Amino acid sequence: MLENIKKAPYATALIVLGTVVLAFVPMFVSGYIMSVFILLFANVALATAWSFFSGATRYISLATAAFFGIGIYVLAVAHVYVPIPIALAAAAGIGFLVALVIGLSTLRLRGVYFVVFTFGLTELIHQVLNWWEIKINRTVSRYIFTDISNVSIYETLLAITVVTIVGSWFVSRSRLGFALRAIGEDETVARHAGINTTLVKVICFALSASVMALVGAVLALRYPYIDASIAFNNTWSFQVLIAALLGGPGRVWGPMIGAVPLVLLSEFLAGSFPHHFSIALGLCFVVIVYFLPGGITRLVLRLYHSWHAQYMRKEAH
Amino acid sequence: MEPLLSVNKLRKAFGGLVAVRDVSFEIPQGSIMGLIGPNGSGKTTVLNLITAELSADSGSVTFQGKEILGLQSYQVCRSKIARTFQLVRVLPHMTTRENVMLGRMFGSDPTTPTEAEHEADVLLKRVGMAGRADLFASQLTYIDQKRIELARALATRPQLLLLDEWLAGLNPTELRIGIDLISQIRREGITIVMIEHVMEAIRALCDRCVVLNAGEKIAEGTAQSVLSDPEVMHAYLGVDDAAA
Amino acid sequence: MILFEVFLNGLLLGGMYGLIALGLNLQYGVARILNLSYGEFFVGGAFTAFFTIMLWQFNPMLSLFISMPIAFAASWLIYQVLMMPLIRRAPDQDALDADVVLVTFGLFFVFQGLALVYWSGDLRGYSFLARPVHIFGATIAMNRLLAFSGACLIALTLFGVLRYTRFGAALRAITIDPVAASLVGIDVRKYSAIAFAVGGALAASAGMLVSTFISFSATDGVVYTLKALIVVIMAGVGRVTGTLAAGLLLGVVESLGGYLIDPALTIAINFGLFMLILLIRPTGLFTRA
Repeated sequence: MLENIKKAPYATALIVLGTVVLAFVPMFVSGYIMSVFILLFANVALATAWSFFSGATRYISLATAAFFGIGIYVLAVAHVYVPIPIALAAAAGIGFLVALVIGLSTLRLRGVYFVVFTFGLTELIHQVLNWWEIKINRTVSRYIFTDISNVSIYETLLAITVVTIVGSWFVSRSRLGFALRAIGEDETVARHAGINTTLVKVICFALSASVMALVGAVLALRYPYIDASIAFNNTWSFQVLIAALLGGPGRVWGPMIGAVPLVLLSEFLAGSFPHHFSIALGLCFVVIVYFLPGGITRLVLRLYHSWHAQYMRKEAH
Repeated sequence: MEPLLSVNKLRKAFGGLVAVRDVSFEIPQGSIMGLIGPNGSGKTTVLNLITAELSADSGSVTFQGKEILGLQSYQVCRSKIARTFQLVRVLPHMTTRENVMLGRMFGSDPTTPTEAEHEADVLLKRVGMAGRADLFASQLTYIDQKRIELARALATRPQLLLLDEWLAGLNPTELRIGIDLISQIRREGITIVMIEHVMEAIRALCDRCVVLNAGEKIAEGTAQSVLSDPEVMHAYLGVDDAAA
Repeated sequence: MILFEVFLNGLLLGGMYGLIALGLNLQYGVARILNLSYGEFFVGGAFTAFFTIMLWQFNPMLSLFISMPIAFAASWLIYQVLMMPLIRRAPDQDALDADVVLVTFGLFFVFQGLALVYWSGDLRGYSFLARPVHIFGATIAMNRLLAFSGACLIALTLFGVLRYTRFGAALRAITIDPVAASLVGIDVRKYSAIAFAVGGALAASAGMLVSTFISFSATDGVVYTLKALIVVIMAGVGRVTGTLAAGLLLGVVESLGGYLIDPALTIAINFGLFMLILLIRPTGLFTRA
């Protein structure tokens, strides 16, 4: 681990500095700004978690909203019986287990089965939970009673986001990260080189899902009331996808960059015009896939490399 | 002495088409065996069955005395069997060095990325790719991609190396270099199976040959005897042309 | 006797599912585009029928003359403008699937968003030929029977075209091997575009037929896309008869499951069947392995 830090001293300093600065922000800003930051952290964490698995392996998961919703739901149910930290851990754990089951069923097969399954997962869980609530509890809504302050939520999400990004970074430089990338490049080659591709895929998918569930659980603390329709909203899957693709799924800091304009746009539109927001997102999306296949990071890197090459040529003269 | 690889009545059918029909052969340790035959005779399918890319309908394959049919591809690799592909497969958006590191990191003797990096450089030098370790694999020529595919296979530290038309498409100089490289690999103790159409290489390298046609073994023996076998000539050239 | 009715209703519903899946089969099997916005065309067909009968008081079946051409044209445009660039730049089918999935997921949001803006998320339904019919002692709604007949007619026409016309032979060739097809002189791009467009039209027609006996809303697209995907994957991409059989199977299982377990769990039942097939025969029920 120390070896990795030595390799990238600037990045490490930046991360530490950034985290400290952000940790003190709540003291200086209004509640509204803090909410925007909270949303930003959530999107960054989700997008990074998504990119961790789907960005590397190219198995596109459309199920972010499903795991996010599971997190919200587990918290809503569990917080009545156990302390909040345990409820959060339970959310992450259940997200992990559900992803494990899905992964073991679909990741042994071609990517298209996985995509189709994740496409329907949010609807599936939504319907099942709705049925369960009506049947067993005779009510669709759940109330969340906590006195956790917004500041605590802010700091918790900041911590989760930083850990997710740093963790993602460490993995990308490790054997596991290498294996993930190889799977994304050519899975047959990866298999024949000795990688247990199914195991790697399933574990990484489950890890990313548990982060998504954890984020959902933390955000749930802000809602006084939830029901299955609020918890399971496909828009989350979509937003996270855009953030990751816009920023560039190839680099650890890509999703972070992509999330910023997205959160700003959503603040501007989502509240007043939710459907128009969807349409705008959809169009953005199509544009990104066409013109920015590697996201902003690839564009930036390309510009940087060409600038660098020009600079070197000038130096040579 | 027990053969390193023993294939017994291997069979694979795709619907009505029998691609490999009860093929059997043995490969002694340290030898080079040529697997030859006209296109579509099932040679690559045999390789795919051994490396678990496909599952066999029936038959058995024993390696170092242990049955390997039923293992998964990654397990076959870890059991020290490596292969190259007929249409070269590299990881396009990773560097040449990283492509080779892959084999060392996860092969039969797994290790850390740093260790793998060192050894990758050694192997790249061996296949003549030393100066191009930092290029992306997609930027390489087809021949160079073949070279790093071989380096990657060697990086997994195999005892058995399966080459699928690795010498195809080489000019005479490259062919000489390629043949020397394969000889070198055998001298290190690695057993080799080569699917080839380049007869010069077969004659130069192979101790024994097995000839397949339409999924069946039709001849086995030394390169010399097999290549002058009339039935083999019929298979390659068709009865009329072979008679000429 | 009730069980028999449930079974029969399942068959009739299954016919619908088979029809929906046929359209997706054309889009994925021929044009090789996994269209996640497919269900939105279904919704479009349903709403067109709804407005036809509620606003203009015409027979909803006439709406097919509006919705099918629109769906055809829109799908054709989507293929030529949005899908062709992706097809050109993708190195293999898996990479194409990844790009296509992302873009059509985006389209799904655009279409659903538009539907919600203009038509709202309210549940819609109308009454059309809701008279009972007695078959073999069971009581069925006439609209279901009519819808099923409509689906059969369309499916048979499609089957006939594929089997007995040159156009159909070209489509089948492209499904098996597009490269080989182009080598024998088939204009793969043109035919794929038409197949994709026909797929969209079929989705709209299925939407119209189903709207006669099931209520729907602007957010239903996902559910029907899923059903189509499940049927196509169960059947194995390509064959008309297999797709219809798988559709019938899904309909019957859903109907029986809904009756025996709970009608509010249809998606769960769909997924249950889907997972079962994935575990047992991932290449499809009716493909020659």
